[in-house]
Amino acid sequence: MTAVAYEHTIVALVQDRAGVLNRISSMFRRRGYNIVSLAVGHSEKNGLSRMTFVVNCDDVTIDQVRKQLDKLIEVIEVTDMTGLASVTRELALIKVATSLETRSEIIQLVDIFRANIVDVTIDSVIIEVTGDENKVDSLLTLLDTFGIVEIMRTGRIAIPRGMALGG
Amino acid sequence: MKLTGGQIVCESLLQEGVTDIFGLPGGAMLPLYGTLPQYPQLNHILVRHEQGAAMAADGYARVSGKVGVCWATSGPGATNIVTGLANAMMDSVPLVAITGQVGRPSIGKDAFQETDVTGVTLPVTKHNYLVMHASEIARVIKEAFYIARTGRPGPVLVDIPKDVFTEEAEFLYPDFCDLPGYRPAFDPDVKEIESAAELINAAKRPVILAGHGVLLSGASEELRTLAEKAQIPVITTLLGISSFPESHILSMGMPGMHGVAWASYALHEADVILSLGARFDDRVTGDISRFAPDSKKIHFDIDVSEIGKTLPTSVGVVGDIKLGVRKLIPMVQQKSHAQWMRRLEELRDEHPSLTIRKTPKLLPQYILQKISQITESQAIIVTGVGQHQMWAAQHCTFEEPGTLVTSGGLGTMGFEVPAAMGAKVARPDKQVWSIAGDGGFQMTMSELATIAENKLEIKFAILNNNFLGMVRQWQEFFYEREYTATHYTGNPDFVKLADAYGLTGIRVDNSADVEGAIRQAINTPGAVILDFRVEQEENVFPMIPAGQSIYELMEEPTEIEEPA
Repeated sequence: MTAVAYEHTIVALVQDRAGVLNRISSMFRRRGYNIVSLAVGHSEKNGLSRMTFVVNCDDVTIDQVRKQLDKLIEVIEVTDMTGLASVTRELALIKVATSLETRSEIIQLVDIFRANIVDVTIDSVIIEVTGDENKVDSLLTLLDTFGIVEIMRTGRIAIPRGMALGG
Repeated sequence: MKLTGGQIVCESLLQEGVTDIFGLPGGAMLPLYGTLPQYPQLNHILVRHEQGAAMAADGYARVSGKVGVCWATSGPGATNIVTGLANAMMDSVPLVAITGQVGRPSIGKDAFQETDVTGVTLPVTKHNYLVMHASEIARVIKEAFYIARTGRPGPVLVDIPKDVFTEEAEFLYPDFCDLPGYRPAFDPDVKEIESAAELINAAKRPVILAGHGVLLSGASEELRTLAEKAQIPVITTLLGISSFPESHILSMGMPGMHGVAWASYALHEADVILSLGARFDDRVTGDISRFAPDSKKIHFDIDVSEIGKTLPTSVGVVGDIKLGVRKLIPMVQQKSHAQWMRRLEELRDEHPSLTIRKTPKLLPQYILQKISQITESQAIIVTGVGQHQMWAAQHCTFEEPGTLVTSGGLGTMGFEVPAAMGAKVARPDKQVWSIAGDGGFQMTMSELATIAENKLEIKFAILNNNFLGMVRQWQEFFYEREYTATHYTGNPDFVKLADAYGLTGIRVDNSADVEGAIRQAINTPGAVILDFRVEQEENVFPMIPAGQSIYELMEEPTEIEEPA
């Protein structure tokens, strides 16, 4: 246990019902937990969704986050992915201003990052990049010099490696 | 057989063994109230304000051990029960609140008396539901009662639109609940209990801190067996009071902000604290970093999130307190802890916190001591929050489980009136005393009409100092005696008020009249209001100021006596 705050990844399996997100976000707000990102989508099970939370806090607090989440009736299972072997990804869509001179340089960067260009106009491109946050951040730093117009990030999603957790 | 939604509600309540409902109707609830005459087994008590319904259901639940039920209509009716729900949530009291909602086509249109009630009550309920089809009512009510009474109990709200009450559906009460995300802890793990026993057996200065969990799980007998076998003194939190007989030699009373000094010192000097269903809240611990620094903490709690929430624990045992303590008893060794017991005796002698000073003035402490003596600790004592509550906790002696009903976590003024009403409905055989301040009493005294209407024999002791006493005390100590907005100069004549409701009122100005007045109240049929005109600037001692520690404990000054 450390009192130092860092980013924890929590995955919760929840019932896909009206108001569930409200209950969860209300709990986070009321207890003062700081959500860095939150991603929600259907799971492999009918009627159940998976949420990935990234929470910036210390170990004592994340223990409470996990327990308080688990206390909610519609939350079925909570897994703290921090320290577990897992695959984490984030997807970002980045709109960058371009000119005739800069476009090819941008395309080169996109190739190096194994990203894709999904839309092109005369004065802009939209880049789709997938990876961990470091990769996305690195690409953003490089693109910044060309002029980033808009960024959409999904937030982290995470899944454990192998069959250990089943879930 | 097809029934209307309203009938399904009533049938479901009967299935859950409900006999009493506290409520107040309104437009959205009319169809439900319309079906009520078909169910004479359901005794509906018409309150005068919905907060009274929720708090009466709370008092009812605490005394009966059953789930309390209250009804309120949409909008303002429902928002009026919010304080009662929050109170039940903080004190882990099982309630089911049923509220009417505007008809389905009107939801979201800002219709007359529409409020997002599930939204409003979300953080103050254990769970809540908006039921959109009559076919869901039976399942939802089954789940509501199950969630309310199992695990760590709490309030559950069921919001039902007006037109769902009239919609017809097949009634079939489910046998079980399908709640994959709700697995309340029950039977605690033996391994953890073994670790707890090891710490207890090695302890030189152990104490038990007994909380509401002991009462909620009905573990008073087990607590006593454990304490006697291992000779461990028992300290009770405010909500743990009455879980252990206070005449018992091992009883150490309440610790904390206004606890007896010896209990606070005992916690401070202990080497092992065994918390049974107590949550180390700030009124017990004060400054957490200076709380009982030399002790290992063992925490038995049914709610896993309580373990490690406010302070680190050496052992956490998750599950029902009764089952946990039962398993623990054979593992602990018989001990005498003679040296520790002698030290505790010393602490009692050095810090005689409960001595009432001799004075001709009418002291509230004296009144409470007399009520407790005259009723031989057999009455149910109900309080709100503030000075009267702390004095009751200190100066009444509690012997039987469930004889103190008090607003602990939320600290709700006015709780003492409707909660006493609920307690009396639950236990008509018991004497019920509502101990009130003049402030709290005026928040909910509209329920006197309900009490008169239902001929509920409640004895009210108003400790009337014309002040919001506890706030005044803080102003005296911490705000240079600047009594801003705490002095009540327009209080009614409570004796005449009693008369207005057809009840009996008795005014008491002198301590010589206290005993006679209490006996007169007991011997007078019906509800009685005793208006005790007590010393106005009396303070509750000991006091550990908020956020402070045992080192800042203030005891009653010895030279407080001034000429009368």
